[in-house]
Amino acid sequence: MVTIESSLLNIGYFETLSYQRTPLHRLDPRAKLLTTVVFIIAVVSFGKYEITGLLPLVIYPVALIAVGNLPPGYLVRKILLAAPFAFFIGIFNPLLDRNVLVQLGPVGLSGGWISFASIMIRFTLTVSAALILIASTGLNAVCLALERLGAPTSFVVQLLFLYRYIFVLTDEALRLVRARALRSFQGRGLGFKVFTYLIGQLLLRTLARAQRIHLAMRSRGFDGKIRLVRPLEIHLKDAVFFVGWSTLFILMRWYNIPQLLGHLLTGLAR
Amino acid sequence: MHMADALMSPAVGGTMWAATAGLTAYSAKKLRKDLDEHKVPLMGVLGAFIFAAQMINFTIPATGSSGHLAGGMILAILLGPYAAFITMASVLTIQALFFADGGLLALGCNIINMGFFPCFIAYPLIYQKIVGARPTRGRILLGALAAAIVALQMGAFGVVLETWFSGISELPFTTFLLLMQPIHLAIGIVEGLVTAAVVGFVWQAHPEILALALSAPAARVHSHKRLWLGLALFAVVTGGILSWFASTHPDGLEWSVKGVTGQEELAAPREGVHGALAGIQEKLSFLPDYDFKKPEAEKKAEKPESWPEISPGKSLAGILGAALTLFLAGVIGLGLRRYCSPGKG
Repeated sequence: MVTIESSLLNIGYFETLSYQRTPLHRLDPRAKLLTTVVFIIAVVSFGKYEITGLLPLVIYPVALIAVGNLPPGYLVRKILLAAPFAFFIGIFNPLLDRNVLVQLGPVGLSGGWISFASIMIRFTLTVSAALILIASTGLNAVCLALERLGAPTSFVVQLLFLYRYIFVLTDEALRLVRARALRSFQGRGLGFKVFTYLIGQLLLRTLARAQRIHLAMRSRGFDGKIRLVRPLEIHLKDAVFFVGWSTLFILMRWYNIPQLLGHLLTGLAR
Repeated sequence: MHMADALMSPAVGGTMWAATAGLTAYSAKKLRKDLDEHKVPLMGVLGAFIFAAQMINFTIPATGSSGHLAGGMILAILLGPYAAFITMASVLTIQALFFADGGLLALGCNIINMGFFPCFIAYPLIYQKIVGARPTRGRILLGALAAAIVALQMGAFGVVLETWFSGISELPFTTFLLLMQPIHLAIGIVEGLVTAAVVGFVWQAHPEILALALSAPAARVHSHKRLWLGLALFAVVTGGILSWFASTHPDGLEWSVKGVTGQEELAAPREGVHGALAGIQEKLSFLPDYDFKKPEAEKKAEKPESWPEISPGKSLAGILGAALTLFLAGVIGLGLRRYCSPGKG
């Protein structure tokens, strides 16, 4: 089954990306997490017909991809894969909102198309910010940051556990599916009954594994608490990163830079 | 049915985030009190199980399409509500981070839609009531089916409400509702059948596993009151915020209707938070085009408010500026990449 394998590869690839040593990767995970949050809030706080005002914010993903040595083509593909929901909800806007808002020579653009374009720009910006965060930081560091920022420890531990065992259990699922596929010759679709047996079997194996893990943890002195001991220090560069970008986002929120640039250009031409 | 950042307003996202954070902290506290250290690895591995199970697609009979498990109900049945909620939240977080399902701001909404409803509503109020302490195959089927349908209907309704309150999508409330609910009725039935079949399978093979979640019932009896208190509080807070919307802009629904009929035009960005932010923006910005360039722009009779307006000159400026901005961003990106290439470190 292609999808299972590729999903696993995807997660593994993000993990690999996060092991790089670039100025971006060396930043404190808290700085990156908080900056991502400010960025997303700045993006979604724009009015629904905003297009030009949103564009300058592209500099954030572009700069981070450049500094963090992340593969832009791969991220674009990931973004496209996630697009359907926003796209199908957004595509109703052009159908429902037909007021002409912008006149470009002979072509009138309706408000619906503008707000649809705005939705897709927002989508690209917010999704790329989240993907860049994980590709430049790695889940373990994000978890650490979450814990230091006050998230409940049991939630953070749960995230770490989940992340660790995704690889193991997805492998297990892959083996089950592959075994079925090999024995079913032309039977291509996975019927409901077989599916539930597969899932049930996977669940039983999962539970048995949980039992074994629990015993292994107990025998190493597990007492119901997991201690996350890793040093995290905020350096000057982390503070500069967070404050600098946040200030830039706020400025971009308030000043429509393309509009100003455009006026400058048309003013010069005159 | 993952909600997406692109369709959200910050107010809705923030509210749902606050609710999620509260519920997570509450569940974490409950779990700590239970002190069931057996559950720590179990939750982690079951979360990974849901993840793996979601990757196996099955053919839905008679339709030719394929579906997969959402998993909230199975988790609730196996782990009980609190542990299931935290597990589901972690699964959705991983999905948001690695697969861009939804988004970080929408994560709060998604955890409420797909974690809260199955774990705290459908499981205790429907599944447990039907199945009780002595499960049979028929009861499991009925309970799981009913609970999954209700959970998915509520989740879908949540998506509709959140989208509508955000006001980014043009879809009118009822249309969106009529679009979402029937689809999720079908999905709910499938989810219920799968849940019932898997739980039934486990129950046949290892009946003691289901007893696990039902253990410590003493803790649950008095905890229900707290849960309801929390829910009531949540309702009051949400209601307060919603009524704030309603009071500042009583024409929200009207506006949405007008949007369909095409009567109203530029009023949209002035609604709700966008309106408030735009207001602040107008007050604070001392360099917007209509102050700065007044002498030149005077010949334009209409009052420019924001970018969307019918004015060829302004559109041209907008497009030129946009192209220049993107060009500059690209140049900066290329420059940074060259400057920071691994060779230079």
